Amino acid sequence: MSSESASVKVTDLRALIRRHKRWDTIFMLVGLVALMIGVLTFAALFVDMAIDGLPRLSYDFFTNFPSRRPGQAGILSAWVGSTLVMIATAFFAVPLGVASGIYLEEYAAKNWFTDVIEINITNLAGVPSIVYGLLALGLFVYQFGLGQSILTAGLTLALLILPVVIVATREAIRSIPQGIREGAYALGATQWQVCRDHIVPYSMPGILTGVIIGMARAIGETAPIITIGALTFIAFLPPAPVTAEPPFISFEWLFSPFTVMPIQMFNWTSRPEAAFHQNAAAAGFVLVLMTLAMNGLAIWLRYRLRKRIKW
Amino acid sequence: MVDDKNRPKAEVKNLSFYYGDFNALKNISMPVYEKQVTALIGPSGCGKSTFLRSFNRMHDLYPGNRYEGEIRIYPDDVNVLAPSVDPIEVRMRISMVFQKPNPFPKSIYENVAYGLRVRGENRRVTLNEKVEEALKSAALWEEVKHRLHEPAFNLSGGQQQRLCIARALATDPEILLFDEPTSALDPIATASIEELINDLKNQVTIVIVTHNMQQAARVSDFTAYMYLGELIEYGVTDEIFIKPRKKQTEDYITGRFG
Repeated sequence: MSSESASVKVTDLRALIRRHKRWDTIFMLVGLVALMIGVLTFAALFVDMAIDGLPRLSYDFFTNFPSRRPGQAGILSAWVGSTLVMIATAFFAVPLGVASGIYLEEYAAKNWFTDVIEINITNLAGVPSIVYGLLALGLFVYQFGLGQSILTAGLTLALLILPVVIVATREAIRSIPQGIREGAYALGATQWQVCRDHIVPYSMPGILTGVIIGMARAIGETAPIITIGALTFIAFLPPAPVTAEPPFISFEWLFSPFTVMPIQMFNWTSRPEAAFHQNAAAAGFVLVLMTLAMNGLAIWLRYRLRKRIKW
Repeated sequence: MVDDKNRPKAEVKNLSFYYGDFNALKNISMPVYEKQVTALIGPSGCGKSTFLRSFNRMHDLYPGNRYEGEIRIYPDDVNVLAPSVDPIEVRMRISMVFQKPNPFPKSIYENVAYGLRVRGENRRVTLNEKVEEALKSAALWEEVKHRLHEPAFNLSGGQQQRLCIARALATDPEILLFDEPTSALDPIATASIEELINDLKNQVTIVIVTHNMQQAARVSDFTAYMYLGELIEYGVTDEIFIKPRKKQTEDYITGRFG
């Protein structure tokens, strides 16, 4: 009798579980479809671009300046420009962002003022990039007279990714256990010593990841660069940073006119000839590879540096 | 055990402590004898950790905390709680070992050397000497002498805690504070830490918070029983455990309460 009722109960339970599990299956399918919409769209775009552009990819494509003849046009000035602009961007964004992040996490008192700053940083991350371009045109180009230069572009993109760097820095700092801080303070360390010897080194993986992800966004930015007046047709390179005569280092390149990869692409897509469209696809392919390479570097760095740090 | 040789290393006078409006310690007064082990016991939330963290001004790291009263340390008779005394100076004289082993994600060597580096000591010879001495005091030297430059996280939990003790000892502190140092450790590691505390009292004054009464009985010379922020009873450990003066203490120690 009792074993019979027990087995009846078990059958009920099994039916119940089967019914509940149906929802697992349904959600799994919905999630998979949602994921595939994103992934497949990107894959289709990428493959389409690769098919169009790959035949154009050659050594010459990287070493030639733009040209009126599509077959001879290359992306030399564009990739050099993008690289130099990225260097300038990192140079300004990293110290500013990291210092701000450290200040907000470790030094600033928690009051309404820092709350306001915090909300504003989050908001800044959502400001359309063209607005940064307009700001830079007024401030850097006209007010400071920096011209339509690599320096201006670097400063503009640095402002653009600053919120990303600050947020990444703060999150990385917040993940450091309080026990580590207390351990250092208990030995008589000052706030500065704790930051220099512990907070900065331990949050480095997170900061670097944030910086590179910010840069990967910046390298594809077109609107603010066009707004500050980057040229679309550049047939020369900026002055070399290293010179033969003393002092051997030159910063003239910072003030040079330039173009960047997305602008070069934009220029080619707006041409009527189909051959230029192929060039645009090839340049786009290279740009996507550059971005993926940067993201890959971020993942690798995070993995490498995290291995040394565990709590 | 209390005889003429026992001089107080520190004296707590009418200490009260507030987390904002919450009065966490109420008018505590007691001595801490030099080169003796003083244990603080009591149920969770009684304020024993709060009391311990007052000695090295850890509460100053967080806003809204306030001390009243004094903790005077000798021989120079300084009130370490006085606002005019820099908490950094206090922490350089009074070291602390925490509940959960908290080595820095650096090498074993750099962990022990950090307190010295904070003081601006960078001479390799001095650092080597002090690191070795501290690791020997913490009974860890033999286990790590061939891998001083390996990450501290490679050590076991008990070894990490002894590393933290070495780190705290490297700067020759006058008082060493232990905040439930074995609560995250297994019984074998616990025994080795207790043994170490017994050895260390020859060189340093020790105050230890523990929730384990057998531990208090085993390692300490003096015991303070706290409840709800008040010091209920303070005395020689043997007396507290064998014939406590207060019923409340007896109930706690015999396990009828807490």
